[in-house]
Amino acid sequence: MSSLPQVLFLLVLGTAGYILYKRINYIRKTIQLGQPIARNDNPGERWKTMLLVAFGQKKMFKNPIPALLHLVIYVSFVIINLEVLEFIIDGIAGTHRVFAPFLAGFYSIAMNFFEFLALGVLLSCLVFLVRRNITKVPRLNMVELKGWPKLDANLILIIEIVLMLAILTMNATDQILAYRGIGGYIPLGGLWISESIQGIFEGLDSGTLVLIERFAWWFHIIGILAFAIYVTYSKHLHIFLAFPNTWYSNLEPKGKMDNMDSVTQEVKMMLGMAAEPAANEAAEIGRFGAKDVNDLSRVNLLNAFSCTECGRCTAECPANLTGKKLSPRKIMMDTRDRAEEVSQNLLAGKKGLDDGKSLLGDYITQEEINACTNCNACVEACPVNIDPLAIIIELRRYTAMEESGSPAQWNAMFQNIETSFAPWKFPPTDRFNWAADLNKEEK
Amino acid sequence: MSDTYKAPTMAQKMASGDTPEILFWVGCAGSFDDRYKAVTLAFVKILNKVGVNFAVLGDEETCTGDPARRAGNEFLYQMQAMSNIQVLDGYQVKRIVTACPHCFNTIKNEYPALGGNYEVVHHSQYLQELIHEGKIVMKDGGEFKGKKITFHDSCFLGRANDVYEAPREVIKALDMELVEMKRCRSKGLCCGAGGAQMFKEPEAGKKDINVERTEEALQTGAKTIAVGCPFCLTMMTDGVKNKEKEAEVNVLDLAELIVKDQQL
Repeated sequence: MSSLPQVLFLLVLGTAGYILYKRINYIRKTIQLGQPIARNDNPGERWKTMLLVAFGQKKMFKNPIPALLHLVIYVSFVIINLEVLEFIIDGIAGTHRVFAPFLAGFYSIAMNFFEFLALGVLLSCLVFLVRRNITKVPRLNMVELKGWPKLDANLILIIEIVLMLAILTMNATDQILAYRGIGGYIPLGGLWISESIQGIFEGLDSGTLVLIERFAWWFHIIGILAFAIYVTYSKHLHIFLAFPNTWYSNLEPKGKMDNMDSVTQEVKMMLGMAAEPAANEAAEIGRFGAKDVNDLSRVNLLNAFSCTECGRCTAECPANLTGKKLSPRKIMMDTRDRAEEVSQNLLAGKKGLDDGKSLLGDYITQEEINACTNCNACVEACPVNIDPLAIIIELRRYTAMEESGSPAQWNAMFQNIETSFAPWKFPPTDRFNWAADLNKEEK
Repeated sequence: MSDTYKAPTMAQKMASGDTPEILFWVGCAGSFDDRYKAVTLAFVKILNKVGVNFAVLGDEETCTGDPARRAGNEFLYQMQAMSNIQVLDGYQVKRIVTACPHCFNTIKNEYPALGGNYEVVHHSQYLQELIHEGKIVMKDGGEFKGKKITFHDSCFLGRANDVYEAPREVIKALDMELVEMKRCRSKGLCCGAGGAQMFKEPEAGKKDINVERTEEALQTGAKTIAVGCPFCLTMMTDGVKNKEKEAEVNVLDLAELIVKDQQL
């Protein structure tokens, strides 16, 4: 047998591997535009969170129907990848179904199981297409999804359906050939799901069937490799990044905001609690808060790349529900878009961050961040523990401390706290007046 | 005028060489908001009734800095926090109870980073504790028995700090029929006041958040909406007025429910 297919296969595999390597490197570098952050404490709890939330999909099950359909696709993705391993060995070694002789009877059980999963994926993706495009589930049809995000979502579902059809076509033709006794094809004693479509192919001669079977095999493996590359350009990265993303979850109570140590130093000096550092010791104080992606933390940016734009956050957001412009999902999408823009600028030898644009202003507006009630509903809703609120807070910090650009009523509130030690303008000496009423209204 | 109820200050306690068991952190709303002052009074009456050795800071208390912080002004927050920590540490405060979930969250979770370490409980947790210890015994067949009530979770108590059961335990002790809203506990809908929204007009939209939430509360058919937060109290009360239901529906804090039951 000619070794041309093997050479060709290695060439395809090598090219895909190289492109993937470049893409992964690009994403890593883009995330590293952000500030390093110490989130390596308590590894036991972090592994547990990753196992429960990413691997175990714990937070998906707040809404059981999409959770079940998603589970089918997820489990199939993990398990069908075992079959991809066989594809790769077959491709390199020039074998066909290399595991079959070793696994004997179990091989056909496994193949039947894979086919069952493939059908499950196919049906789940169909339901998801219907939810997106026909019944129009509200969170899947919001304004921030117009254009590429909507196309991206539909493409992912369609590609998955086509890949599953390729598996079933391959198995159907493969088994017809096997039972016709064509050399190299191994009878597997009945593959229930692909048998049901064998009728389409049975009238064809064996030569054509071999062509179809080979085409389906190549289509499937090239399709999977191409899909892996496509994923790095799409919202679908969560299939990999959900794992590191949940590992780097915020393990503190959701209400706790990070202390800004750079501010603490200055406040201590103002209150006479710390000495002014000598000029040569004074650390370079960066910007307070975030104006652009490089002011955010790497976890914020990892969050943005892990977002699959499902919109559970936005569906729970009280501001969004009542018609305000804020959408936590859009915060994440904008953050990723801006980070990629900066990264691509840098790759193209352009100025990167100094392109006259910034995350706050060109992507996210004041109106959006001002509408947030810090209620943490978005954080609670996210199935992979993304924290949109952390980004909103950093943008507010920049606005308040670098630009004094907070809404006028907030500036008035700041002034009240400074002068009257309360957010309202009452004389501080009146603070304890309530006690005078303690014995007044006895019943 | 009798002097049944007392609200001693830390300064008075210190002068008499007494160390109170708990500090009641009143908060700005509890000190200045006309409606919420009633909650402060209610809680002080309960503290008097159970005979716990407590004190307040009086006019030495200042804003925790929470609204400034959440609006982005970290400087102002830390100024407030550090001077409050100086006062609290000066009185060697160990345990703090507060009726405000925002004060609760800030002092409990955020002051430690600036050196302020205290045991902080929300008044719902403290009331639950008193009920469990038998220090508050509800009236048998009191005025609330069997009546429908719904509880609105404050985000800064619920999602922010995972306190969901304590307020419900208090309601249960009153023998009331708790009817949950569809969005409750970790899925609870915000009243619209958090994140410093209390101190400015909302952004343009199609509806106010408190109206959305009040409609949901009214749908339960409960005539009492219980809250555990001064801002939620304001927002829900305004919501009830907006729906013109103030004649039939009450918005009450947990402490007020107990005071009514106990006729303090």
